[in-house]
Amino acid sequence: MSATELPLIGDYTTPVPELNGARIGVITFPGTLDDRDAARAIRLTGAEAVSLWHADHDLQNVDAVVIPGGFSYGDYLRAGAIARFAPMMGNIIDAANSDAKLPVLGICNGFQILTESHLLPGSMVKNDHLKFLCRDQILRVENNTTAWTNQYGLGEEITIVLKNQDGQYVADEKTLDALEAEGRVAFSYVGWNPNGSRRNIAGITNAAGNVVGLMPHPEHAVEAGFGPDHTGTDGLGFFTSVLTHLVGGQK
Amino acid sequence: MPRIVVDVMPKPEILDPQGKAIVGALPRLGFTAFSQVRQGKRFELTVEGEVTEEILAQARTAAETLLSNPVIEDVVNVEVVAD
Repeated sequence: MSATELPLIGDYTTPVPELNGARIGVITFPGTLDDRDAARAIRLTGAEAVSLWHADHDLQNVDAVVIPGGFSYGDYLRAGAIARFAPMMGNIIDAANSDAKLPVLGICNGFQILTESHLLPGSMVKNDHLKFLCRDQILRVENNTTAWTNQYGLGEEITIVLKNQDGQYVADEKTLDALEAEGRVAFSYVGWNPNGSRRNIAGITNAAGNVVGLMPHPEHAVEAGFGPDHTGTDGLGFFTSVLTHLVGGQK
Repeated sequence: MPRIVVDVMPKPEILDPQGKAIVGALPRLGFTAFSQVRQGKRFELTVEGEVTEEILAQARTAAETLLSNPVIEDVVNVEVVAD
């Protein structure tokens, strides 16, 4: 099949009707890069993308939040360290920890912000090879029971984009043991560890399964013709998962 | 004006990739005496007026909450430097 025969935009716009009306917030900090891609991924699944500004307090009644990638505050101090203290983050931390358990997905810089916020354990340091890396990355789904991963198969391998400089996941041995024992490793790197992350960890979840963070970028793999290998839509499952989770939660 | 100096270092058990790159470069310049390099951060907090115990306590709290991440870093020094 030639490239011109591939649809430029896949037909992913017809989720079941009750999913329509879900409102998913995308937070923007100074230096955020991927907020528009995240919003586009949300719209492709039929939900409404709601812009959240870092300096505001109003969560605008969103049903879930995506903290997108980029270099918030220039990554000065530490990646995610200053963004963590933005007014909007205070609301998101409270909502994620509340009984309502607001689903929160942190991608790349968003993952770094979630660890700085202590919503997820561990931290990210510079890649062990010290270089910025951009590649198609294979991940294995290690937990398909979270708000953001329930539409994947357990052990399923997906290919999405990885692009970062501070992507090496670190935590102490006790934390790593606990993450593995409790099934809180959500994604692991397959084939090659691209940044020296402990135990090949690419993404993790909190105990409740509502907060998930990962370094690679599912929002860049949601349209046929644009994703990895020019066909990849493997990232779409994150966004359909949260809609499925929200529908289930409203029963 | 006095300054409060805060020094932050990566935890010993955390591999410091930047330090590792530097220790690799040193012998190429003929500096062969150094077996290890660890790179940390120094913050200088300027205080308008006298550094009271309360202000020093604030600096220590800031060092633990914002200036360092206890998962990967230790605050190794907080001291007042007079000009």
